[in-house]
Amino acid sequence: MSALADRRETGYRRDALWIAALVHRLSGVALALFLPLHFLVLGLAIRSDASLDSFLGWARQPLVKCAEAGVVFCLAVHLAGGLRVLMLETRGWRPGQRNLAIAGVLVAALAGAAYLIGA
Amino acid sequence: MKNLIVSIWRGREDGRFVTYEAPRNESQTVLDIVTYIQREVDPTLSYRFACRVGVCGSCAMTVNGRPRWTCRTHVSKVVEDNRLQIGPLANLPVIKDLATDMTRFFERWQDAKGAFAPTATRADPIAAIKPEDARRQAVDAGIECINCGVCWSACDTVRWNADYLGPAALNRAWTLQNDARDGAAKERLSAVAQKGGCQACHSHQSCERHCPQGLNPTASIAGLKKMSLSAYLRGELK
Amino acid sequence: MSFRLYHLQRATALVLAPLVLAHLFVIFYATSKGLSAASILSRTRGSDGWAAFYGLFVLAAAIHGAIGLRNVLAEWGPAPLARNPRALEAIVWTLALALGALGLRAVYAVVA
Ligand code: SF4
Ligand code: SF4
Ligand code: FES
Repeated sequence: MSALADRRETGYRRDALWIAALVHRLSGVALALFLPLHFLVLGLAIRSDASLDSFLGWARQPLVKCAEAGVVFCLAVHLAGGLRVLMLETRGWRPGQRNLAIAGVLVAALAGAAYLIGA
Repeated sequence: MKNLIVSIWRGREDGRFVTYEAPRNESQTVLDIVTYIQREVDPTLSYRFACRVGVCGSCAMTVNGRPRWTCRTHVSKVVEDNRLQIGPLANLPVIKDLATDMTRFFERWQDAKGAFAPTATRADPIAAIKPEDARRQAVDAGIECINCGVCWSACDTVRWNADYLGPAALNRAWTLQNDARDGAAKERLSAVAQKGGCQACHSHQSCERHCPQGLNPTASIAGLKKMSLSAYLRGELK
Repeated sequence: MSFRLYHLQRATALVLAPLVLAHLFVIFYATSKGLSAASILSRTRGSDGWAAFYGLFVLAAAIHGAIGLRNVLAEWGPAPLARNPRALEAIVWTLALALGALGLRAVYAVVA
């Protein structure tokens, strides 16, 4: 192991907007991995309504619910972060990006929590 | 005051940190510390500086994990636990100790067509540009770059994408795109919309956060994205 | 990322934004009412509206997701792949096709 490893040079990774970009990327990857599973499950309805129903029954377990809330969070946070960047890239610079990014994460967290409580 | 514990990178890429002690003074800068060690402890220590007043852009190093202009960075602002870790700038090959090879950083400047392309000669009258003109204000906001490489070192897109032009070169391109006297806007726009151009930027604003001149390359790059999007929609860029 | 893929990704993002918002409302509605598979399917079966909504959603998401994964691989992937533009291009279209096909099958399953 070279001493390069202890060369600290990525302190900027603690900044809010760097983390926002990371959250955007990780939520995107999570959604892309989730999509095929989601499609396969819905495809069950081709065979019979009952197989979809039994799946929905399984999905009512608390642990599965939590995972679903995670997916809702990912979807909402990816939407919010994406809209922020899309505005920036098509309308030009606006100040206050840090606050906008934080607000987006909060709204998405609320959506995830609301899903958990409401479901 | 207690002596500072300073670890300084010695050698090339495969070097290591060596720990020194340096006396602590009032209003001391990080560059003062490096200079003290070179003059009083180990004259073989290599580093760069010239102006010592934040003009030349040659003194940037990585200080406690973040890139800084060391001549204008007070020790009191960055010291943690009485310790400083001073390394070469990131994302550039290390020549020796704290000196990096900045060739790639400056080549990107060329790749982004960062040179002014005049449209008039000295025989022509001086162009009249009003200070309140919106384009002139965009130029003003980005013009004071000192080529220090701090933003380059704070940019993970530079780290992850070998083609990326980087914040400073793109910021420079944006100021020229808004210069009414420049005549290479088309070529420059297509140069910065190539692979590795402005579209690769992730808008983290790490560049803006660290730029010692208070510039905002993220804003300039967002401007270039918007500009190239309109050109694309008008069919002028492919 | 190529200029063309960048714009394709932003265009699909623009299409997806309202669809995702609507989908989130659908999710909240369906779960808060505790709808069963039968009651969901009774609403979607034979509906051109739902078919168009989710058909468009699936196509845009397939392209958007594939380009996104390609970009992650280009920056974080193993060097031989990350530095091979042709392989990356192949990955985009393979992923987009696979996701699109699976997705359209799912839409068909719930609306047909
Ligand atoms: S905003 Fe763009 S240029 Fe600035 S650090 Fe992030 S990727 Fe680099
Ligand atoms: S934009 Fe700022 S940080 Fe980057 S080279 Fe210029 S002065 Fe230095
Ligand atoms: S020595 Fe000139 S900017 Fe620091």
